Amino acid sequence: MSLERKDVEWVSLLARLRLSEGELEKMTQQLGQIVEYVEQLGELNTDDVEPMAHAIELSNVLVDDTARPSLERNAALANAPKHDDECYRVPAVLGD
Amino acid sequence: MTLCFETAVSLATKLRDREITSVELTQAFLDRIERLNDQLGIYLSVRGEAALAEAAQIDRRRESGDELGPLAGMPIAVKDVLCTEGELTTCGSKMLEEFKPPYDATVVARIKQAGAIILGKLNMDEFAMGSSTENSAFGPTRNPWDTDRIPGGSSGGSAACIAASLAPLAIGTDTGGSIRQPASLCGVTGLKPTYGRVSRYGLVAFASSLDQVGPLAKTAEDAALLLEVIAGHDDADSTSANVPVPEYSQSVSQPLENLRIGLVREHFGEGLDAETEAAVREAIRVYESLGASVEEISMPHSKYGIATYYIIAPSEASSNLARYDGVHYGRRCDEKAMLAELEQERQELIAAGKQDEANRLDSPLVRMYRQTRAEGFGAEVKRRIMLGAYALSAGYYDAYYLKALKVRRLIRQDYDAAFEKVDLIAGPVTPATAYKIGEKADDPLSMYLGDLYTVTTNLAGVAGISIPAGFDAANLPIGLQLQAPPMQEERLLRAAHMFQQATDWHTKQPELA
Amino acid sequence: MTTPDYKIVIGLEVHVQLATQTKLFCRCSTKFGMPPNTQTCPVCIGMPGSLPVMNREAYQLGLKAAIALNCNIPRFTKWDRKQYYYPDLPKGYQISQFDLPMSEHGYLSISDPKGQFEPKKVRILRAHLEDDAGKSMHDEVAGKADSRIDLNRTGTPLLEIVSEPDLNSPEEAKAYLTELKLLLNYIDVSDCNMQEGSLRVDANINLHIPDGDGFIATPIVEVKNMNSFRAVERAMTFEAPRQFDEWKQTGQKKDDPGVTKTTRGWDDTAQVTRPMRYKEESSDYRYFPDPDLVPVTVTDEQVEQVRESLGELPAALRERVAADYGVSDYDADVIVNGGRGLVDYFLAVAKSCGDGKLASNWITQTIARELNDRDVAIEAFAADFVSAESLCELLALVQDRMLTTARAREVFAKMLESDKSAAEIVKSLGIEKVDDSALTDLCKELLAANPKAVADIKEGKLKAAGALIGQARKKNPNVDPQAVREMCIELARVT
Repeated sequence: MSLERKDVEWVSLLARLRLSEGELEKMTQQLGQIVEYVEQLGELNTDDVEPMAHAIELSNVLVDDTARPSLERNAALANAPKHDDECYRVPAVLGD
Repeated sequence: MTLCFETAVSLATKLRDREITSVELTQAFLDRIERLNDQLGIYLSVRGEAALAEAAQIDRRRESGDELGPLAGMPIAVKDVLCTEGELTTCGSKMLEEFKPPYDATVVARIKQAGAIILGKLNMDEFAMGSSTENSAFGPTRNPWDTDRIPGGSSGGSAACIAASLAPLAIGTDTGGSIRQPASLCGVTGLKPTYGRVSRYGLVAFASSLDQVGPLAKTAEDAALLLEVIAGHDDADSTSANVPVPEYSQSVSQPLENLRIGLVREHFGEGLDAETEAAVREAIRVYESLGASVEEISMPHSKYGIATYYIIAPSEASSNLARYDGVHYGRRCDEKAMLAELEQERQELIAAGKQDEANRLDSPLVRMYRQTRAEGFGAEVKRRIMLGAYALSAGYYDAYYLKALKVRRLIRQDYDAAFEKVDLIAGPVTPATAYKIGEKADDPLSMYLGDLYTVTTNLAGVAGISIPAGFDAANLPIGLQLQAPPMQEERLLRAAHMFQQATDWHTKQPELA
Repeated sequence: MTTPDYKIVIGLEVHVQLATQTKLFCRCSTKFGMPPNTQTCPVCIGMPGSLPVMNREAYQLGLKAAIALNCNIPRFTKWDRKQYYYPDLPKGYQISQFDLPMSEHGYLSISDPKGQFEPKKVRILRAHLEDDAGKSMHDEVAGKADSRIDLNRTGTPLLEIVSEPDLNSPEEAKAYLTELKLLLNYIDVSDCNMQEGSLRVDANINLHIPDGDGFIATPIVEVKNMNSFRAVERAMTFEAPRQFDEWKQTGQKKDDPGVTKTTRGWDDTAQVTRPMRYKEESSDYRYFPDPDLVPVTVTDEQVEQVRESLGELPAALRERVAADYGVSDYDADVIVNGGRGLVDYFLAVAKSCGDGKLASNWITQTIARELNDRDVAIEAFAADFVSAESLCELLALVQDRMLTTARAREVFAKMLESDKSAAEIVKSLGIEKVDDSALTDLCKELLAANPKAVADIKEGKLKAAGALIGQARKKNPNVDPQAVREMCIELARVT
């Protein structure tokens, strides 16, 4: 199953990527190829197989509710592309 | 100058015996880096003054008789995917070109605590996605054995660093082969520990259930030295195993008796280059001469490894990289230009009578995200993000992501079955030796297929090592891969050391100007 | 409440902030009201390389709440990433629970002593743990609009409690929230303070319009931005008729092709709901198991242990107080709604003086009023003003008929002002018990002076006895009006 361009456009919104015309073309073709390749997994019957989401069998990793010092505000904001010494700033979020 | 060609174990002894000072040693490497780095593109940043100051401090402490750790005064280089406090950590990406984390990765904190001197940060494929280091936003790394060729990836900088003797020890990361494959192509030793053996805290995530941090070095003994320092449980990493760390540096020199080695039938088929196969089979014969027995085993699901990996890894990556949105850290696009462009698009649409489309245009915030990410990420990263978002999206999750997780289980079961019969699995690391830079630029799938021998190790969560095992006719290195059951790094290191006692591939150096 | 035109169908989605010291996945403090961005760290900021580690106490509190809500606790639960982009969500995903939540299929019983609705069990679909996002505030600078982002709240542990659409009126909705808050307060899971944001509510509401033997379901509307329980009640009250009007105009049904859930925001100033912008792909959260977190398993023993540690819960307490202590349902409600402290106070008094009704009257009226006027909790009141024992002593004097109710109130008022005991105050006020012979003499005196009253009483006009009370009190302020009335009637009849 190859991908349609509109699927790729939709995914580019989901992924918050802006693709140029050329990139969209290329991406549609390349993704299509890769998707076609990975579809071979459909050959296998996995009805009774448990999915393996982790590479290690661990459970119940929980820690005490004890406070540790937070970052100083200026350290927290130091890498922010735009801030006003108190908060991060972004173009207005709709509905604010 | 020749200090640079010595093993870490040898240098550690000299430092301890005060035959050399850390300052001398550090300076030697800094000089060599200065000479060769431009040509090879190995280091992204070098900590000249800071490193020398730290080295001087270690020397002072040693003078005054302080008890010092095993890596005290030892220069070391770190892949730029691991956070170093207050210093650039770019992950080979424009997105993080100016990022300075306010904290150290646990692995970095441990080597600092052991007294190691960090020489600098190493080049890599952007966000660890790639097998050639061509995807670095800051230029490729060149294979020291042939500078027209790739060093492998994504830890290409780390492997080339050891091969070119620009540090005695390097730290890399491996998600689908990213330590082992470059180690193989550059003729050095590289170990991917069992998942959970080494903390991932501070490792900028690519694929969280596959990533592991590991050592690259000239020898298994050197790798053991470094692994012992970085391994171990970490409270800050929920996926970190709470299992004691063996004294790798002590046990590494003990050979293994009656080793049972398995060769995976499916790994020796089509796609494996003849010279690589020959070198690998010769290496197996060396093991036989050392008393090992060899048998053929089957891992019937290994052929699905690439497909499984290239669903799971991009899916996790698409999620892990969502945070790069220009809001809290990292690059943000030029807001003014972005707003102006958006406005212009709106006007054009309205003028063309397309009011509906004008209304559906990205909001400024959404455009900021999209533009920032378009500028900050390279093509390979974008490709994998798109692939991952697609595989996780509504309607496709079951057929792709969930399916891949199930096949992953089958692959793990193959390993479990194999390790009932054998102690180690041996085989090739890569299908062929290093190709030329640019050769696979436009063929992502072809590049992905080169990972076929290494991805299953990560999928299953077991351990693997690549050790130098020969050269092809063009004098390009060939590696041998050994894989062991979970938490059996000791077995890998001892087996690797055995081989390195019986052969001298690992002692060869590339000729560099 | 069902009007003939339609049945209101409401489901509530409540997010409560758990009463932990630190965040769900990092050890930043969750203290309320701190300056922006002073309670963050690489983990909750989602910096590259950071990893989450789960807070044990948060899980425990979630478990307590789930068990108190009668939920089934699966042995195995896991964490999933819910992915969307928002500036107050720094990782681009929330860590939540998708298909294997930590609890499901429970219920919360609600009832109304005033009888506005029938008691019912509101089913709870699920309760799961997730981390909170930050805050975003609008700001205008030089004509350009920015949002300012504060990440202090990011990572705070939340329990999301989703009810089934079992609520059928705004009153029921309010009662559900009130009872939920009470329950969670009782087990110290959350203070559920909407003003401080530790409880947030979204409502899903639609109508079932009778149609022959069945009904038509109108499209579901999600209502957000309600900042108090009253706002929820008002929003539901506004929304139901609005939906009915809309249906009359459009005829749209829930399952019509192309019809989806819409979102409206409550405007508390204008007292209306308004449409909110529909975020297109917000419905594709691309859930998948979080690879950075490992599952949590729980045993039957652990669940039992937690259940036992909960103590008696409001519903059970109401029943016990009413049944065992002869208290009306209404009063039992008041006592239990006053919190565990008030219940303990009541039980201490009721057990000691042996009259639940008496104790309840005093507590639901006099004590409750004092608590309200002084804006103080029962624990502080008991310590600083009138303890359960002291009240008991006072009530014993009433039971003994040493004090009339009116006089008892006087004594109580004095008890509030001083450290003196009831007995000491009675003495200092010169109150004395009126013994039976003194009472008899007094009544005989009154009857002798009021022959008309005697005649009326003989004729069955018992009101005449009541008229004598005033005179009796003038002669002796310590008499119990009730005793006077009874004695006069008795004596008059045998005269």
